[in-house]
Order: sequence, then C-alpha cells, then structure tokens
Amino acid sequence: MTPDMIYGAAGIAVFGIGLVGALCAQDRLRRVLALKLCSVGAGFLLLVGAWREPPGTPDPVPHALVITGIVVMVSATAVALALIRRLHSLEAEDER
Amino acid sequence: MIDPLVIFDLLLALGIVALAVAALATRESFAMIVVFIVFGLVSALAWVRLSAPDVALAEAAIGTGVTGALLLKTLHHLRCATGQPGQNATQAQISAPPVPVGVTLANAAFCGLITLGLAVAFLGAPAAGPGFEGLVAQAMPQSGVEHPVTAVLLNFRAYDTLMEVVVLLAAVIAVWQIERGLSDAPAPVMGEVWQGFARLALPAIVVVGTYLLWVGAEAPGGAFQGGAVLAAVGLLLLLTRAYVPQPAHRGIARGAFVLGTAAFALVALLVASGGRVAFEYPLAHAKTLILLIEGMVTLSIAVTLAALFHGREPMALKHEGKDDT
Amino acid sequence: MLELLGAGLIGLGAVFFVAGTVGLLRFPDVFCRLHALTKADGLGLALIALGVALQAGTGGAVFRIALIWGFVALASATCGHLIARHARQMAGGRHD
Repeated sequence: MTPDMIYGAAGIAVFGIGLVGALCAQDRLRRVLALKLCSVGAGFLLLVGAWREPPGTPDPVPHALVITGIVVMVSATAVALALIRRLHSLEAEDER
Repeated sequence: MIDPLVIFDLLLALGIVALAVAALATRESFAMIVVFIVFGLVSALAWVRLSAPDVALAEAAIGTGVTGALLLKTLHHLRCATGQPGQNATQAQISAPPVPVGVTLANAAFCGLITLGLAVAFLGAPAAGPGFEGLVAQAMPQSGVEHPVTAVLLNFRAYDTLMEVVVLLAAVIAVWQIERGLSDAPAPVMGEVWQGFARLALPAIVVVGTYLLWVGAEAPGGAFQGGAVLAAVGLLLLLTRAYVPQPAHRGIARGAFVLGTAAFALVALLVASGGRVAFEYPLAHAKTLILLIEGMVTLSIAVTLAALFHGREPMALKHEGKDDT
Repeated sequence: MLELLGAGLIGLGAVFFVAGTVGLLRFPDVFCRLHALTKADGLGLALIALGVALQAGTGGAVFRIALIWGFVALASATCGHLIARHARQMAGGRHD
C-alpha cells in the first residue's frame, strides 16, 4: 500500500463520479460542477504518475501540466457559467 | 507494523471519494457548492501528500477559491432572476421534459465502461518508469530559476504556458460577449463587519500574493498562485463595492487582460530575434526575463479572474432600474 | 522535549476540533452550531499552530505560522458573523 495506489484509485473513482454526474444530472450548475470533478480526478492520475518513492524527487513536468489544466478549467467553467446565466435570463423572459 | 501515514492516506482518499459523491448527491444548490469547496480543499491536501505543493496551492486558490466564488455568484444571479431568493434555483428547469430512464442508464453504463478502461490502463501502466525528472534536473542550471516546476512552466515548456494565458484571455472575451446586455443581479449587502474585514485583509492579501509570485523562483509558488491570490483583492473590492466597474475603465481592463500575453510573446520574439530559439533565454538574463514575464502574467491573471467573477462588461447604458444597492 | 510538548499541543488541538465537529453535528439550530464551531475550532487552531511553531526550526517559519493563524482567526470570525447575520435575516423574513 503506497500513496500512489491509494490516490490513484481515489482519482479514478472521482473521475467516474464526475463523468456520471456530467452525463446524468438534470441541473446545469451540477453538470458544470461534475466536469470540474472530472478534471480533479484527471489531475490525481497525472500527479500519481509523477510521484516517486520518498528519496526520489517527483517529476515536475506533470505538475506543470496539472497547473495548466487547473487554469484552463477555471476559464472553461467561467464561460459555461456565463452561458448558464444567459440561458436562464432568456428562459425567464420567455415565461413572461 | 502499518505506517500510520498509510492509514491517513486511506482515510483521506475515502473522504475525497465520499465528498465527490456528496457534492453531486446534495439536492440543495448552495449546499452542493459548499461541499464542492470542501472537496477541493481536501484534494489539495491529498496533492501535498503526493509531494506536489505547487499544484495543491493552485488547486486551493484557483480550482477551489475562484471556481467556488464563480459558482456562488452564478447561483446568486439565478436566484435573483427567478425572483425567489429563498427557493432552489433549479425550480425553473423542471418544466423541461424528463430524460427517459433508459437514456440515463445507458449513459451511466457508458461512464462505467470508460472508468473501467481508465482503471485497466492505470493498473497496466509500467510502475514508476523513468520520467522527465532526470532531464529537468540536468537542465536546471541553464533555466535561471531554482524551482523545477517554475523552470518547466516558464522555460522548458513555456509555449504551453503562453497558450494557457491565451485561453484565459479568450475566456474573458467570451464572457463579455455572452453577457452583453444582461441585467445585473443586485449585489448582496454584507454589513459592517465584512467591510472592516475587507479593509484589514486587503493590504495583507496584496503582500501574500506578491510574496507567492516572488518565492516561485526557488520554492512552491509562482505566477498562477500569486495571481489567484491577487484576484481575491478584486473580489473583495467588488463585493464591498469599494470599486464599482465603470464603462470608462474598460480600456484599462482590456489593457490588463492583454498585458500578460503581450509581454510573454514580446519576450519570446526578442529572444528569437537574437538568433536563438523563441524561449531559449540567455543565461545571464534568464531570471530577470522569467520574473518580468511572471509579474506581467500575474497582473493579467488577477485582473482577468476578477473580471470573470464580475461577469458582465460594464456598459454605458443602464436601463434596468432595479439596481438599488 | 520540545517535540513532545509540540505533539501534545497538537493532540489537544485535535480534541477541540473533534468537540467542535460533534457540536456541529448534534446541536439543534444554526446559532448553537456556530457557537460550538467558532469557539472550539478557534482554540483548537491556536493550539495546533502553537504546537507546530514549537517544532518548526526557523524564526521565519514561526512568523509564517503566526500569520496563518491570524488570517484564519480573522476569516473564521467574519464568516461566523456573516452566517449568523444571514440566518437571522432569513428567520425574520419567514412567518413561522
């Protein structure tokens, strides 16, 4: 039992949960959040790949990739949320 | 004898999976976002255990802090637009026809298959084969900084980072276009204690953000973490209404959005014009150039994230009369 | 000796955190829960920060731990106030 196996399993589980949520949830906000869960799961797997047994230093390239991924994800989330706000206001206009 | 840290790892991993399930299973939208924020912070803790403190900082500041603020802002907006602040914002969507159970089941089965494939790939991967750490360690003396992750981000794989800044720029352009003409939700009134907290915290946050940027050259930290912390300054200013975006300030905002990308590309071009490859900084100036790029990118990230939080482009015409503070 | 004292303080802090969490789970309404959480966690955090500071080697690290403690204490006090304020407004607005 090493940290990479434990967190690797957790990452796969989080990714799967996020994927189910993204495809099956009805609520739009929940779907965006589920996609973010997917990205965290993917980050777990990349970091597990970069991890080395304690005397060794971890591989910095996947670390940089995950940081890039986090920033890209916040951009995508912001655009998705703006679309949700717009869609919601259009629906509210339709109902009136 | 089992290592006590393995027990800690197991508990943390179980907690992370449970929080992920709880975030999606919680019915109430506000509680869902709060559970998600807890999930993000706990997974940042797990990433520290995987000896990735840079990524943990970025996840805590950007992936959880800024994303959580964006989600809460959207929820507030949806609730105000529905006109029932106490009610669940999802009520308006019930009118949509329900998805057939078969489709949901097929989707779930599909997700299960993908996750299974991922697990097989994970277990089948060669255990801890040689990565890039040796190459990076060899090239570190030529990078100009002492911290490997910063060296990879701003020197060895600087193209990636340039494109990342461009993605952020594209996001803010898209948000301004999408929200054009959308009426703003009335800002929540936060009270005097909050104002006092903001006044106390603002200068401290500026110092912490700048420190994170500076320390990134030799220890965990850097442009993205520092930028996210500085973006918190923007959020505080917007929430306390100490700064209300004016239409006249759009030019400055646009300049700040482009600043990071422009400085990054300009340095690349200057280096390339000296008969070198685009990001092959001359060793004598490498640290100066990297810190210059990082400083500009940090400013750009801070302003962009704050603008993404504010959302709507400040417009000259305001024909909605419900903005009564 | 200093290490042992630090570990003892951290353990004591953890006990306060557990007490605060039990209060959060068992108390009936928002105000009681906030009372349990802010009081117990504030003390628990102070004890843990003190314990870690005793184990930290350098003056810079102690200074940073003190700063972190100050920020968290300030933020949690403000959050507690905001939640209580919101809860009171909600209670005032409803008819039951």
